[in-house]
Amino acid sequence: MLDSILFYFFAGAAVLSAALMVTRRNVMHSAIFLVTTLLAIAGIFLQLRAEFLFIAQIIVYVGGIMVLFIFVIMLVRLDVAIHQIRFRMQRLVAFLVTVALGLELTVILLLAGRLPGGGLFVPKSADADRLPPNSEELAKSLFSSYLLPFEIASVLLLVAMVGSVVMAKNRKRTDES
Amino acid sequence: MSPTAQALLQFLQTWWVELVCGVVIVAVVPLIAGYVVLLERKLMADMQARLGPMRVGPHGLLQPIADAVKLLIKEDIVPRDSDALIFWFAPVISMVAALTSMGALYFGPSFRVAQDINVGILFVIGVSSLGFLGIILGGWASNSHYSIIGAIRSTAQLVSYETAGGLAIISALLLSGTLRIHAIVDAQSSNHVWFIFLAPVGFFTYLVASIAETNRAPFDLPEAESELVAGYMTEYSGFRWALYFLGEYSNMIVVASVATTLFLGGWLRPFPNVHWLNWLDFLPALLIALVGAYCVYRAGKQPVKVQVWFMWAVAFACFAVALIFLVPWIVAPLRSAISGLNGAFWFLLKVSAYIYIFMWLRFTLPRYRFDQLMHLGWYILIPLAIVNVFSVGVAMLFESEFGWNRWLALIVTTAFTLAVSLYLVHVHDKRAAAATSATAATSDSYAG
Repeated sequence: MLDSILFYFFAGAAVLSAALMVTRRNVMHSAIFLVTTLLAIAGIFLQLRAEFLFIAQIIVYVGGIMVLFIFVIMLVRLDVAIHQIRFRMQRLVAFLVTVALGLELTVILLLAGRLPGGGLFVPKSADADRLPPNSEELAKSLFSSYLLPFEIASVLLLVAMVGSVVMAKNRKRTDES
Repeated sequence: MSPTAQALLQFLQTWWVELVCGVVIVAVVPLIAGYVVLLERKLMADMQARLGPMRVGPHGLLQPIADAVKLLIKEDIVPRDSDALIFWFAPVISMVAALTSMGALYFGPSFRVAQDINVGILFVIGVSSLGFLGIILGGWASNSHYSIIGAIRSTAQLVSYETAGGLAIISALLLSGTLRIHAIVDAQSSNHVWFIFLAPVGFFTYLVASIAETNRAPFDLPEAESELVAGYMTEYSGFRWALYFLGEYSNMIVVASVATTLFLGGWLRPFPNVHWLNWLDFLPALLIALVGAYCVYRAGKQPVKVQVWFMWAVAFACFAVALIFLVPWIVAPLRSAISGLNGAFWFLLKVSAYIYIFMWLRFTLPRYRFDQLMHLGWYILIPLAIVNVFSVGVAMLFESEFGWNRWLALIVTTAFTLAVSLYLVHVHDKRAAAATSATAATSDSYAG
């Protein structure tokens, strides 16, 4: 009972603020609604007893990425920039993407019962308080069965980091000379 | 008894510790923050050979309350071209983030709101870092240059120093092997040593990073008075300003509590496992009674009658608290409360000591320049923290795989970390010297 109340609260908050995020004119307001969306999704993680994902969502997305988003918004005057670089075909592309996404969702929902493993509906879910602690389980599976993908992802991130540092350095040098 | 009342009673029986602690946090933290400000002003005055606030109450003891009343009845100004909604809401984010993160902390072994969260320490750090959202949004919504520069500075500072702080925390987490706050302190008790002695570099890194994260001198660039008026708070007044202020001081309490939990042994008394030092358990009551006795001694010397009464009141409050600490020793059924009370005392003592170091640094060190701050963060502190995590990991590996003595392993790796830090400082000094000589050369060419 409490679980479903929490789920609908967080899900409603996420959907509502996502809609507001897309429709707001002011970029900073959009950023704030993105923050609330991410927090609501973190709440859904917690309601599913995935406490590590919950806190990782808050630290990485809200504490890290959103801070950088807002930083960029404050540094760059987006109101001017958006008018200059408006994409001509935006409406057409957006329409096509929406139709494709809608079709995909409809097919999945219609076929839900026939998918292997019962599809979206889990007939017998485990008792939430009997589940093993999520952080430990996550660490175990990351460092045993999924070690290779984990390492590949970390190398990828490292390369991206080094690349960004090199790019930033180069521009500084040309500025100074 | 009706079923509703019975259900309520059962609810209260299960949750009364949580409820009481939650109410205490929300109600008492603002008061504590006020007195931390008073202590800070007194300390600053002492270091600058002044008296500090003396007018309200004996030795200015009622000054925080007078300040709070003044702030509450001040006019609340909203700048004309500001984004009013965000302007109103931003201070609340700062305050709520700080108080929420306190909810996961343990103030002593039995005083807590949330019970044993599996990711406790991460929760505290993650949620308290959300407070910066309030600073950024407040600075942006004010529509003022000072505010926005202060907010941008604070963002840059947050991003740089949170990395270093997070990496510093990892060294203690490696040693304890858990994220639960209670288990971290238990690990320090079963290891017979506080983690500050096992990971001194980690503690130092966290100390520096936590000063920068709470925007305090010498890292108070976001609100540097001589450059930016008051930084992101420039346009705020009255109660909203007070909320920012409270958020900042609550954040100080949060970082001090995190450092205490991770590195300073939480609520453990000094030498928790040495039995002939068990008399230390009486120390809390004794210390508080001594403070009360001092108040009685000073009461006779107060010039005004009201102040004499006030001193007596403080003395009696101290005696009452000391009595509360002593009661469990006398009344057998309450014996189990001893550890809780003493734990809370030691925890708060360590937190106060940490905050005292903050103040001490504030009055001793001059403010950094912004580029110096960034250099310190990125060129020295973050590499140092990474090397430290690596060293602690290697030491634990030596201990478990090759059977080394833990102390030997940690001393060797700490020496390695210190060598790396010396090298980093050396490189940085050389770069700084090169930069100065380069600017000196260009200015010479202009002169000639």
